[in-house]
Amino acid sequence: MTTSAGRRTPPGAAVLALVLVLLGALPASAQQPSRPVDDRQVHEVAADLRCVVCQNLSVADSPSEMATQMRAIVRERLAAGETPAQVRQYFVERYGDWILLSPPRQGFTLVVWVAPLVAVLVGMGLVALLLRRWTRERRPPPPPVDAAMSERIRRELEREP
Amino acid sequence: MIPEIGTGALLVALALAVYGATMAALGARWGRRALVESAQHAALSVFVLLTAGMLLLVYAFLTFDFSVRYVANNTNLGTPFYYRITALWGALEGSIVLWAWMVGLYTLIVVLRHRTSARELYPWVLAVMLGVVAFFLLVMTVPAPVFARMVPIPADGRGLNPLLEDSGMITHPVALYLGFTGFTVPFAFAVAALVTGRVGDFWITTTRRWTILAWYFLSLGLLIGGWWSYHVLGWGGYWAWDPVENAAFMPWLTATALLHSVMIQERRRMLRLWNLALVILTFALTLFGTFLTRSGVIASVHAFSQGSIGVFFLAFLAVVVLLSLALIAWRWDTLGAQGELDSVVSRESAFLLNNVLLVAATFTVFFGTVFPLLSEAVRDVKVSVGAPFFNQVNVPLFLSLIFLMGVGPLIAWRRASLENLKRNFLWPVAIGVVAAAVLRLLGVGSALVLLSLALTVFVAATIALDVVRATRARRSMGERTLAALGGLLRRHNRRYGGFVVHLAVLVVAVGVTGSQTWSVHTETTLQRGQEAELAGYRIRFDGLRESQESNHGKVTGRFTVVEGRGAGTVLQPAKKFYPQEQSPIAYVDYRLGLIDDVYLVLGDFARDGSSATVKFQVNRMVSWIWIGGLVLTLGTLLAVLPEPRRKAA
Amino acid sequence: MTRWWRWLLPLAAVPVLALLAYGFRLDPRDIPSPLVGRPAAPFTLTSFDGAPVTLEALRGKVVVLNFWASWCYPACYEEAPVLEQGWRAYRDRGVVVLGVDIQDKEEAGRKFIRDFGLTFPNAPDPTGRVSVDYGVYGVPETFFIDRQGRIRVKHVSAVTEPVFRETVETLLAEPAPGG
Repeated sequence: MTTSAGRRTPPGAAVLALVLVLLGALPASAQQPSRPVDDRQVHEVAADLRCVVCQNLSVADSPSEMATQMRAIVRERLAAGETPAQVRQYFVERYGDWILLSPPRQGFTLVVWVAPLVAVLVGMGLVALLLRRWTRERRPPPPPVDAAMSERIRRELEREP
Repeated sequence: MIPEIGTGALLVALALAVYGATMAALGARWGRRALVESAQHAALSVFVLLTAGMLLLVYAFLTFDFSVRYVANNTNLGTPFYYRITALWGALEGSIVLWAWMVGLYTLIVVLRHRTSARELYPWVLAVMLGVVAFFLLVMTVPAPVFARMVPIPADGRGLNPLLEDSGMITHPVALYLGFTGFTVPFAFAVAALVTGRVGDFWITTTRRWTILAWYFLSLGLLIGGWWSYHVLGWGGYWAWDPVENAAFMPWLTATALLHSVMIQERRRMLRLWNLALVILTFALTLFGTFLTRSGVIASVHAFSQGSIGVFFLAFLAVVVLLSLALIAWRWDTLGAQGELDSVVSRESAFLLNNVLLVAATFTVFFGTVFPLLSEAVRDVKVSVGAPFFNQVNVPLFLSLIFLMGVGPLIAWRRASLENLKRNFLWPVAIGVVAAAVLRLLGVGSALVLLSLALTVFVAATIALDVVRATRARRSMGERTLAALGGLLRRHNRRYGGFVVHLAVLVVAVGVTGSQTWSVHTETTLQRGQEAELAGYRIRFDGLRESQESNHGKVTGRFTVVEGRGAGTVLQPAKKFYPQEQSPIAYVDYRLGLIDDVYLVLGDFARDGSSATVKFQVNRMVSWIWIGGLVLTLGTLLAVLPEPRRKAA
Repeated sequence: MTRWWRWLLPLAAVPVLALLAYGFRLDPRDIPSPLVGRPAAPFTLTSFDGAPVTLEALRGKVVVLNFWASWCYPACYEEAPVLEQGWRAYRDRGVVVLGVDIQDKEEAGRKFIRDFGLTFPNAPDPTGRVSVDYGVYGVPETFFIDRQGRIRVKHVSAVTEPVFRETVETLLAEPAPGG
């Protein structure tokens, strides 16, 4: 906020300046309003994070002290206005991708997400091949009777008494 | 004394097992009965020695013989009596003994049952089984010596892992191992079939019951493991997709596939190659499971320890896999299909699809479990693959399998006409759709939950339809309803046993769906006398109590579940302080119900008992999972009954 | 199928087995830190003596930030004397050893400090915020922070005397930040 030195400020302007200064003193909370955070939101984010001391439980599920502390941190950050993605990013920046219980769906780790689909498709493909082979290996149908043969049969049948 | 006697017995058993395996193989190769009989005697002796070794170990536990390192590491003077017995399989070395003993027991049963009925295959079966026993005996004498001596002899032992002091601990490993080791028998028969070239149906029909029973025990082991996780670990869940859980789940998936594809081989003489491969894969996965648990290669809640034991298991796994697959490759030409199919819409297709989905699920679980290894090997970055991944990826597969469960048993073999489809599926589909609509009206919002429950209703309807129709048919011949139903179940016990097992799967599926969707939880700190409310249940904190048990200190919280005017249930979650553990172990208390479980875990507390933090959960439908286990037991019993002798025409 | 294709079946198992064998060379408990090379996160804690401890105030010095707990046996017990000796040897050369006690009870932490006669500043981290900010997943973990305030080395498990000495000497040899 600039001041024009040397000029006499009228009283109204002084009040306005005071109000503006006071408003300016509240920037932090004004830009990031404290949001009420319910258990479910905390749980959702915490369920994606790996509890670092218990090997394979999520931060949401783990009864350990570290996990309780991490849940509190998640709650705090959500309340400060961060999105779930930002909270997850906070942890990834400090622990690496390892902290996420679900590998990111991009880059190399995309492979693990695609693999099941590939497995099913390959399996179905093999089954399709197999079924085709099985349904094709039938006894060849008897050759159709041609016109000359059926004429001859007819004539011989007529000749029978 | 005991360490030396025990080690001696195991070494003799090892030598006999190797001798027996060799004699059986040579006897088979050269056609000499005397060698095979010698191998039989060796097998019997091995079993006796293994039993003796196990009893010796139990004796050491019961007499607090801390000169045995295994005893010193896993019990102490305060360990209660029954846990001293079950500590036998509480840690690495003892678990190997249990495994080996079970394979030895199965070998004995094979000797008694199949000695004469499976003349050509039998010697090779014996050789393979003794080979497996020999491997485990090797492990329990060399890298993980169970009778290793503790020097100097300590005054007191370290004690059992407190998480293992539980009834689930007594039964879970036993059931699981009976399942794992049970698959050794079909595997041995498969190898015997390949080696002798007798790859027809005999090997598979002979081992049908073995496969079913092994599958059952594995299912039981998994369910008990879930129960143990639920009521001991304090997180209110029953399955975490932990690598070791996955390792037990994978053979279960392939064994389920096998149980179904076997029927195609029996009826239509197809898929012989596939079934051989599936049996080998199942056995290999059981070995992979023990490898994962014991090698420390992948971090896990369950992992026992590291050390050279992992190398032994990997080497054995490699030998088993490479040799068996090579045998298949060698016999490839003899394994063609001998049947035909008229239409893609048929029971064969349904079963094939069932196999594809189950094997795809196996592959998914396997790939997800080893992916962290792959990631580190390829680009030196550690990643985690945990529950969210496995849940998301497997749910579509399992829902499809449930759908197939309804289609498979009713669709016709070879070719299902439109008439057949209409007759069998019109009603169930209609009922399923109606159920979905009703659930929607009742407030079920999620499409996934709707689909899951509607499919369950559909499958139940197909089963009901089949039973009603078949009973009615018998009744029209003059039988009364109940007798008709009973006769139906007995006469076609395989089919209806299978139906009951499918029902069990449905019950478990409902339990899983319900618990994942509708369970609620909260964490709160209460002053003495203060109440908390969740999902209609109110609990009141009444105080704390300190006590000293035989091997741990305990602080118990007293909470009353307030209901109406009468005295409600009292729940007493506690924290147990074991001197050998760094942090206290939570002891969960709960009240089980058909729909709702009230579940409490004690957190921090004020020393004077004036306040306590409690994790308060209302878990829904979890009991259905355990009930499903009971139904599964009934279904399996029905399915393995001997075929009723046909009455004279 | 032609004769040789069938042998792909056993061959397919080989890469899987090789991957599992590779696993023996890894330690699943050793997680590399993405924070190495990055500026150390600022924090303010209250030491066991009641004095405020701020990281920014130590800019320009080499900081050995050690996370420990009284229940972490045996590693923290092994490294406590090493850290104390390192503190005494280097405190006059512009090195600060700072201990942070995490997931612990205050009395147990104080007893630990008394038992080992630690004279370097130690502070409890009751909410765990600092330990999470540093990506700590177990104890003990030690971060060596250079004079510019950047994390240069993360050492997991007990710090030994050679590790302490070599790392500190390397960081001391670097020029102090200008201005």
